[in-house]
Amino acid sequence: MEELKILAPCGMLGYGFPKSSFANGMEYCPDAIVVDAGSTDAGPHKLGADTAIVSKQACKKDLEIIITAGAEAGIPVIIGSAGGSGSKAQVEWTRSIVLEILREHRIEGLKLATIWADIPHEVVEAKLQEGKCEPLGSTVKPLTSERLQATNGIVAQMGHEPIIAALEEKADIIVCGRAYDPSPFAAVAMFHGFETALSYHLGKILECSALSAEPGTTKDCMLGILRKDSFIVKALNECRKCTAVSVAAHTFYEKDHPYILHGPGMVLDLEQCVFTELGDGSVEVKGSRISPTPVYKIKLEGAMKVAYRAFGIAGVRDPLLVGRIEEVEERVRQQVIEYYAEIPPEAYSINFINYGLNGVMGELEPVRSPAHELGVVFEVIAATQEVASAICSSVRSTFLHFGYEGRKSTAGNLAFPFAPSDVPFGAVYEFSVYHLMEVADGLEMFRNEYAEV
Amino acid sequence: MKLYDAAVVLRSKNSGPFEITVDALFDNPATYRKIKESGVINKQKVSELYNIAPELITHIVFFDQALGFKITFARKVSSGTFLDRDVYGAQQHAPLMEMEVDL
Repeated sequence: MEELKILAPCGMLGYGFPKSSFANGMEYCPDAIVVDAGSTDAGPHKLGADTAIVSKQACKKDLEIIITAGAEAGIPVIIGSAGGSGSKAQVEWTRSIVLEILREHRIEGLKLATIWADIPHEVVEAKLQEGKCEPLGSTVKPLTSERLQATNGIVAQMGHEPIIAALEEKADIIVCGRAYDPSPFAAVAMFHGFETALSYHLGKILECSALSAEPGTTKDCMLGILRKDSFIVKALNECRKCTAVSVAAHTFYEKDHPYILHGPGMVLDLEQCVFTELGDGSVEVKGSRISPTPVYKIKLEGAMKVAYRAFGIAGVRDPLLVGRIEEVEERVRQQVIEYYAEIPPEAYSINFINYGLNGVMGELEPVRSPAHELGVVFEVIAATQEVASAICSSVRSTFLHFGYEGRKSTAGNLAFPFAPSDVPFGAVYEFSVYHLMEVADGLEMFRNEYAEV
Repeated sequence: MKLYDAAVVLRSKNSGPFEITVDALFDNPATYRKIKESGVINKQKVSELYNIAPELITHIVFFDQALGFKITFARKVSSGTFLDRDVYGAQQHAPLMEMEVDL
């Protein structure tokens, strides 16, 4: 094979894409359709509470177009990090939508591969004890036995290896659990014998679809054309084009380093890349390099429930209170602690966020002069929703009527936009596992399953 | 000139749940080169602007092909848990905006 084409419909399955762009892409007779569905961006509750990142309706709307086109063209369809977190429940959820679409369109005789990326707690525990599981970042908390046991489900990012194995089994549709975002793209390319560094670099660009075009978006399609010593990326909508800078700059996005990218068992180095505009809105890339790491490590992700939350939102317009908001909040906190003498103060936390002062950045905020009005969020977390809600209610009433020195607005301090004003939020999660774990190879921790559908 | 006016993209985002990464991209190679060569973007400056310890800053890197630089630092509170204020880390670029650059 001299040339391989991969169609990337959108940067996140369920975000949608113009049907016309997708049709343009299919005109090029791509060899595979690959779409990433995963991210940790929306926070730890996706993993912790096992919820999907998009609605079923949105996921099905995109998949219906992708699956029917893939089946008609007889090319593989690969979904990376199914459901967002790529956990067992999310893979099952995605697979059920795939099966529903196949049934509704009476498509038969396909081979469906599922690649599970869940890692048993015992495996992580044993690796921790062997010193083969280390935190990824200086502020990641140590993974104690207690925190590990409290973690709800752990996934690992797969590389290309288990996906290539599924392609070798002639799978038509591959639903992957958590995957390193570029891996499903790289797997197709490497399966067809293309060079690893170019395959991964192309995958890195295509996993966000048209985000590397100008204007950039994850909600439009892109085509990747891979050759022996270069690849080309091409926007599939007339209103966008790729430029040398837009494609080079793409590796900045959401990454800690602009040209060194760490993946499962490898490091991608894009420092020496050459980006050339071909004059038709597409860009050719050469010079990507990759090296295997001495020890194969996979990235683990896991989340645990840490508390329950209740909160309220209110506005403050009185200039006296605006000027001393943090002091008054501290005194409100003390009064609530005194009032609830029967609940130990370490059993809950009260927190205030003052928009118009430092709401967005907190202690990182360099500007310390308040606006003429403030938006105040008061939140309480505790081990149960009942305690969080009870304390929150007390914070609200205490704050509303708190008599600070010199007060003129003696009828109330807070403007509530809603009634009732307290909101029981439910569980709060935290990323408890964000670790690199040593493994034998890229296949050891991932399990492939096949079904004729 | 303020960095916000010199750059075409000035943004922040999570790079994973435990880091914030800030990107500045330029459309003019001369502007990019001047800022790179002036050395004004350094650990000490970023540490002052963000009021964080220098050891929390993991990367300050310029990438010539993309006409941009990147600053990455550790979050004190990870994304989406209690006391976090910016789940996506999407509005943490402000301290860099006001920085004066000599062009």
